[in-house]
Amino acid sequence: MRIAGKGQGADAKTVNFTFNGRHLMGRAGETLAAALLANDIHLVARSFKYHRPRGILTAGSEEPNALVTLGAGPVQDPNQRATTQELYEGLEARSQNCWPSVEHDVMAVNNLAAPFLGAGFYYKTFMWPAAFWEKLYEPMIRRAAGLGALSGLADTDRYEKAYGFCDLLVVGAGPAGVMAALTAGRAGADVLLLEEDSCLGGRLLAEEEEIDGKPAQIWLQEAEAELQQLDNVRIMRRTAVTGAYDHGTYGALERVGHHLPRQHSLKGSQRPRECFWRIAAKHCILAAGAIERPVAFRNNDRPGIMMAGAVRAYLNRWGVAPGERVTLFSNNDDAHRTARDLVAAGVHLAAVIDSRHDAPDSDLYPVLKGAQVCNTSGSKRLESITVRSVRGEERIQSDCLAMSGGWNPSLHLTCHLNARPSWRRELLAFVPQVGAVPGMRAVGACNGSFSTHAALREGAAAADAVLAELGLRVTAAAQLPEAEDQPYRIAPLWAVPGKGRAWLDFQNDVTVKDVTQAADENFRSVEHMKRYTTQGMATDQGKNSNVAALAVLADVTGRSIPETGTTTFRPPFVPVAIGAMGAGAADQGFKPQRFVPSHLVAEERGASQLEVGLWYRAAYFPKPGETNWRQACDREIMSVRQSVGVCDVSTLGKIDIQGPDAAKLLDFVYTNTFSTLKQRRVRYGLMLREDGFVMDDGTCARLGDTHYVMTTTTAAAGEVMAHLEFITQVLHPEWDLRFTSVTENWAQFAIAGPKSRLLLNDLLDQPLAPADWPFMACGAVTVGGIQGRLFRISFSGEEAYELALPASYGDSLFRTLLERAEALGGGAYGMEALNVLRIEKGFVTHAEINGTVTAQDLGMQAMMSQTKDFIGKAMAQRPGLVAPDRMQLVGLKPIGAVQELSAGAHLFDPEAPVERIQDQGYVTSVGFSPLLGHMIALGFLKRGASRIGDEIRLVDHMRGIDALCQVVEPVFFDPEGERMRG
Amino acid sequence: MVDLLAKTACDGLAPLNIGTVCLREGPTVPMTTLAPYRGQQAALDAALQAAHGLGFPPIGGSCQSGDARALWFGRDLGLLMGIEPEATLAQYAALTDQSQGWAVMQLEGQGGEEVLARLCPVDLRLSAFGVGAALRTEARHMQASICRIEEDCFQIMVFRSMARTMYHDLKTAMEAWAARG
Amino acid sequence: MRIHCPLCGARDRREFSYKGAALVRPLAAAESEAWHAYVNLRENPAGPLAELWYHEMGCGSWLQVTRDTVNHTVSEVVLARDAALGAGV
Repeated sequence: MRIAGKGQGADAKTVNFTFNGRHLMGRAGETLAAALLANDIHLVARSFKYHRPRGILTAGSEEPNALVTLGAGPVQDPNQRATTQELYEGLEARSQNCWPSVEHDVMAVNNLAAPFLGAGFYYKTFMWPAAFWEKLYEPMIRRAAGLGALSGLADTDRYEKAYGFCDLLVVGAGPAGVMAALTAGRAGADVLLLEEDSCLGGRLLAEEEEIDGKPAQIWLQEAEAELQQLDNVRIMRRTAVTGAYDHGTYGALERVGHHLPRQHSLKGSQRPRECFWRIAAKHCILAAGAIERPVAFRNNDRPGIMMAGAVRAYLNRWGVAPGERVTLFSNNDDAHRTARDLVAAGVHLAAVIDSRHDAPDSDLYPVLKGAQVCNTSGSKRLESITVRSVRGEERIQSDCLAMSGGWNPSLHLTCHLNARPSWRRELLAFVPQVGAVPGMRAVGACNGSFSTHAALREGAAAADAVLAELGLRVTAAAQLPEAEDQPYRIAPLWAVPGKGRAWLDFQNDVTVKDVTQAADENFRSVEHMKRYTTQGMATDQGKNSNVAALAVLADVTGRSIPETGTTTFRPPFVPVAIGAMGAGAADQGFKPQRFVPSHLVAEERGASQLEVGLWYRAAYFPKPGETNWRQACDREIMSVRQSVGVCDVSTLGKIDIQGPDAAKLLDFVYTNTFSTLKQRRVRYGLMLREDGFVMDDGTCARLGDTHYVMTTTTAAAGEVMAHLEFITQVLHPEWDLRFTSVTENWAQFAIAGPKSRLLLNDLLDQPLAPADWPFMACGAVTVGGIQGRLFRISFSGEEAYELALPASYGDSLFRTLLERAEALGGGAYGMEALNVLRIEKGFVTHAEINGTVTAQDLGMQAMMSQTKDFIGKAMAQRPGLVAPDRMQLVGLKPIGAVQELSAGAHLFDPEAPVERIQDQGYVTSVGFSPLLGHMIALGFLKRGASRIGDEIRLVDHMRGIDALCQVVEPVFFDPEGERMRG
Repeated sequence: MVDLLAKTACDGLAPLNIGTVCLREGPTVPMTTLAPYRGQQAALDAALQAAHGLGFPPIGGSCQSGDARALWFGRDLGLLMGIEPEATLAQYAALTDQSQGWAVMQLEGQGGEEVLARLCPVDLRLSAFGVGAALRTEARHMQASICRIEEDCFQIMVFRSMARTMYHDLKTAMEAWAARG
Repeated sequence: MRIHCPLCGARDRREFSYKGAALVRPLAAAESEAWHAYVNLRENPAGPLAELWYHEMGCGSWLQVTRDTVNHTVSEVVLARDAALGAGV
């Protein structure tokens, strides 16, 4: 019910919205909860377990009850809190966890079964038979209980991540936060002020009080205006800090689009819905306020029963009276402010029930001292309350009960780095431990200082302390504005004794009885109790219920509250959409895509792409008439064997190494020697890890006396770069050399086949003089006047070259090469053909260099220098690494009419049973050799080198392959290497 | 003799004007890494001054002289842009041509800082990252070099092969920033 | 988590990659026990631990970071080249 002229949005424009299909009107800028209450709608939701009718309990992000679903389809947003959701034109909200409607919910039958549904009910009841759990019980329970539902469609909203920095992060813009920001801002500090709400003010927005002799709202407006004038202060509204992390890092969720019509945040706009911030702050002032806690009494969960502070907020901030005949139940003085404000606004206040015998009196309303509310009635809305006092029990008609069990400081962030809060007996509340989070200071209500004066004072003092640490001069200490400084008086009251269900956790339907039962069944640790009863779980994380629950636990276990302890607070403080956590990482944003210089040509020719690490490489280049990849692959292989093929190999790592000690590095990092390599020559090298296993292989060319270019495999380029940095920075910083990756600077293409030289001689500005270009030669060349490098190296076994030109010419050069290769009867070849070509030659890749093989396993023991130290040398001599029964690289060819071999298959002796214990080795690479007309494979076989000629059985259970093979040397073609040297 | 055509790293990626921020490819200029040998940084600095009128860049900064700019490019590493280094510098430092290795983009206009705040985990506000400042960081998942070449203009460099991804990520961030209005 | 790189200043953890404990590499001729310890054996202290981090996304420096494994407090960061990890016995 709206009170004319009352509230800050009194002159705001009217907006239309719907709730459960009903067309309603509200004020722009107010929350959905305020608008619903203004429309006299109290029944908003059904509870989690019992499907009890529920209303609006709070006026903030701690709301356990009033969760609604907004939107539909891909943008369906479940579990949105009506108490924080701002109203916008056309908003469509509906109740969740009810069917067919919130008014008539079939599952409310659960409520009648309540005596059986207490804590542990599921665990005890659905134990047998075990197989029923997954198929029957769990789906059934899930259907009956729960929160909102996802649409099941991909979310089309945009989300965003961002990084923020500041000297001082102020969390919360209530009086303490604003005062801290003002103080630090005036002194020139770099301040970031975050406020969860849509506007600054915090609790001041909900109160009728004066600061500095003027209405608090006016003071607030002036402060905000001053803050906005300061370039060094940045204010972020609708932004909740969700977590405190190591070294001054904070997570924060900015609700960018929640308050705007959907079409605004979607169609024609890229506006994100949420932005997840990672903020690095040198200092933090936590001014997060406090959260009021309910009192547990029988049937304390009916719509119309609200927090006293929330009633005040709806009244003062939004001009809404949540009832026509209000009652108030409290154990502290603060709640009496609600009574005072209600009366001042002309709302009928039937009675104030205070559990304390020394509660303050009032001339304006009746105060029942030493009394307690012990029951309520009303089905979908509160109708009356029952009050117990020395006079006995009496019923009072009331449609709204404002309750308060005191305030809990919002200290959650101070516990995120493992600190535990301290109990303050006079406040009956936990307060943050000093220094709980390095660099963070808690001030105001979240520090247990509840008066406005204390908030202002502590905010200013903390800012002064921060300024001193930042080395900033504090400007002449401004006079602290005058403000109310009422003491906080409270007496313990957690649960009103009596029969029936008294709710602690409204969201999870946890009652006093559940906690008592947990303790009876020996779940006495607060962490066990939480998990047994589900107390404090789900979207509200028990913000307003945890302390009362553990007070009840303390009581039944005969311990004090501090002895009982608290559960662990963990991030996030408010729910964060998964979309915001993973913002930017969907689709193309998942990881970078690296494209080779010939990418466009490959695309134009319809080449299918293979992902190799981050790179996209052409798998094969189909020609018209080819119906499957094998046809293209076979053709490409034969063109390399018979004429000339061209392949983009730019992805291989290229590291330029210069300096007097360049050779020292290479001798240390490779197993073989490079200091002896002649200039203009290339050598194949093998690198080990320090544990003795092979890390990578590649070629290295000596371009000058102190100038080398190393190549790495595509997959290990980054790893090798880090490895070289490790050696030269950590192990041998005294060496004088420098290196840098030039992978990206060069487009490099393999030109392979008997006609490769023919092609090159026609292309290069100067033809190749045969004497200068033996196998493994390298040198400078020019193509069309462009300086390049040529390497005579071969990964196919043919006479082959790799031509490198500056990357910008890559596209053009590749086109030219293809044209010429095609004129010679050859063409482009892709990764599939490249793979078969190298298997035919027994050349290894990371399929073989899989982290478990030694140089010896690869048959490369001769490459292990005996005369120098190198990485991995010591460990490579371990007995286990030189054992004769290790698996060694072999070739495999099928015997008989075998059609398929597979990589990943295991090898067995033909007579032995196919059992794991009989395993003789495994297959690493397979391909179809069009030259040989059958499949070929490489693999590792126990004592393989001595078993050449043996028969072996290849078994792949996954693919249903069982083939007899012959063990052969791991070179299927031109074993003498005459073709590539030729 | 064949006639080869050069394509820039951002070939095919149209300049963007979104809201108050625009993105375009930087000019094609020679780029050379300068990696001073042991104890040669001061000598290199002097030789650079003599040859090109600018020094070796300080950590996190850059030096400029006419069309030439030397920016800090990592541990004991500088990147000379805009001119070919004089060959004599090679006695003090490893000189490596990187003219084609990097995609160079310029992000200009009000809001550039906000766009980059979506991509880089470093403080690029003017107060912390003034004109001429240069650093190495991550842009989304890519190794990047960022330099503030003018008060409202950032130079962003990533490996050439990642130009499309950087463009996509910048475009996404620019759109989202502009849409906030 | 943030690490204060001696060259770049305080940077977000995501710019760094982690290697493990900072150990001195034995000499080539060292006993196999020394090599075994270097490659395989690790202390697992609840407290300060010297470890190697690589500023891969930043300046490319290898760093020796002394980090308390209990609370992540970083008490010292030096360039690994100054940490004498290559001069084993």
